[in-house]
Amino acid sequence: MSSLESLYQQVILDHSKEKHGRADLGEGDVLDPLSTARSHQYNPLCGDEVTVQITLGGTDVETVAWTGDGCSISQAATSVMHDLIVGRPVDEARGILADYRTMLRSRGEGEPDEEVLGDAVAFAGVSRHANRVKCAILGWTAFEDALLRIEAARPTAKDES
Amino acid sequence: MTLTSTQATPLDHDEVEAIRADFPILHRTVGDGAQLVYLDSGATSQRPRQVLQAEYDFATTSYSAVHRGAHTLASEATDAFEAARETVARFVGVPTDGVVWTRNATEGLNVLAAALTDPEAGQYTLKPGDEVLVTEMEHHANLVPWQRAAARSGATLRWIPLTDAGRLDLATVDGLINERTKVVAFAHASNVLGTINPVAELVAKAKAVGALTILDACQSVPHLPVDLGALGVDAAVFSGHKMLGPTGIGVLAARPGLLDALPPVLTGGSMVERVTMETATFREAPQRFEAGPPPVAQAVALRAAVDYLDRVGMDRIAAREHQLAQLLLDGVDSVAGVRVIGPNDAENRTATVAFEVEGVHPHDVGQVLDAAGVAVRVGHHCAQPVHRRFGVNASSRASAYLYTTDADVERFVQALGSVRGFFGRS
Repeated sequence: MSSLESLYQQVILDHSKEKHGRADLGEGDVLDPLSTARSHQYNPLCGDEVTVQITLGGTDVETVAWTGDGCSISQAATSVMHDLIVGRPVDEARGILADYRTMLRSRGEGEPDEEVLGDAVAFAGVSRHANRVKCAILGWTAFEDALLRIEAARPTAKDES
Repeated sequence: MTLTSTQATPLDHDEVEAIRADFPILHRTVGDGAQLVYLDSGATSQRPRQVLQAEYDFATTSYSAVHRGAHTLASEATDAFEAARETVARFVGVPTDGVVWTRNATEGLNVLAAALTDPEAGQYTLKPGDEVLVTEMEHHANLVPWQRAAARSGATLRWIPLTDAGRLDLATVDGLINERTKVVAFAHASNVLGTINPVAELVAKAKAVGALTILDACQSVPHLPVDLGALGVDAAVFSGHKMLGPTGIGVLAARPGLLDALPPVLTGGSMVERVTMETATFREAPQRFEAGPPPVAQAVALRAAVDYLDRVGMDRIAAREHQLAQLLLDGVDSVAGVRVIGPNDAENRTATVAFEVEGVHPHDVGQVLDAAGVAVRVGHHCAQPVHRRFGVNASSRASAYLYTTDADVERFVQALGSVRGFFGRS
């Protein structure tokens, strides 16, 4: 496999076209802060941007919708993320993100666990390209940020007591 | 400063090959063993062994602090440092005292923008109601400092818009340069579009209203014969690393008189005359603008770079790059689904060609080209407004230099032809 093919695995090429979960996110939408949040992430180095909106149902990720403009890696990564985390408990989704980050930072040395990462293992080749790691993490960063916003909006156990 | 095919004899194939022999890095391979095709000189140029050797020789014989100390090394280092200033000044047609060393061109523009908002700049101090004029094709380095200067001073920032062909819309200039205009700051050549702007025309209009002219010469001084004195600009900036020199050194070149009328911006050692606990007096230019330890080794290396360019001949380099501009334009034009961002003709244009590949993001374009050994720049090239003007967030950019061969362009065009297919765009 050439270095180009090991970077652009078929999964990535497919997702960059199919863009699962991509939707028009209306500017004026009123969101319930206790269950839904949106995060916009921008990479000033290349101009790529993505907005991810998540809705939690209890402790599960109920829906993920996103829009954005960027390279095939960033578009495919967000599409794969959609497939991986919709319907998952939040804790599991966070676990996938942690493993994914570790893989991307491995400089090609890591041994990603396909059981955890599923299709996201296709991005292992990105870790050899330092200047593309940010592309592969952009949508995930938006997910993580949206998650934190919802958690911040929810009353904690202490508040309720 | 027009660049046409009727000027000097272009460097021929053998001469370009002889030049390439001086650049060790051009002989390396990348990725799966592809021979490097370096088309990113607009971002930073490569250095010939003569430049590397000059820095090495200086470091191993004369290196020391300059303008202080009585020892032999201090004297030799000072001589080498000041000789570099003389060489660079002559190269761009300004007096030696008109050359200020900076870290880069960005710093030079920031120094000017800061000085011109200082009340101590007297007649030059920007005030509410004044106007600063730039163009829509500026690099962020010649835009953001003026945005800040306008915000600090209450002056208004205006800009010359572009035509769809990627040239300044000169029909607007007479309205934009008026009695309120105090500064006209513009690129000699665009780092994205490759457009070479009509400096003499803009300078004449600016002078007629008494405005200062400031030229961003980063993309011209390395590629064209540039005589700043003859162009009549008040100040200009350029960077060492785009003209075969090292990073960490730039030049702020100005006409005699202007620099001495401006207050210092960075202060501290080396730029003062007399210092008490309460106050200080400042040296004349250029030292007034060179606080702290200067880039000594970089200046010595930059001198070697200028000597190299001089030996080859800037007129012949310009003539060769005119050929390369035509080859690049023809090549990009021959690939289906690719659009040039910038003028489609090689007249008054540098060999810097930005383009958009339909349906493929510039990062992905750059990656496929890299796999073929071809290094281009991708992104917004520190010029977001010009990209927005042409309806894109980012672009890919091939930029050539004196060491670029016809075969390099052919390899680039061939690789470009494979990009859309790789991503399944037909």
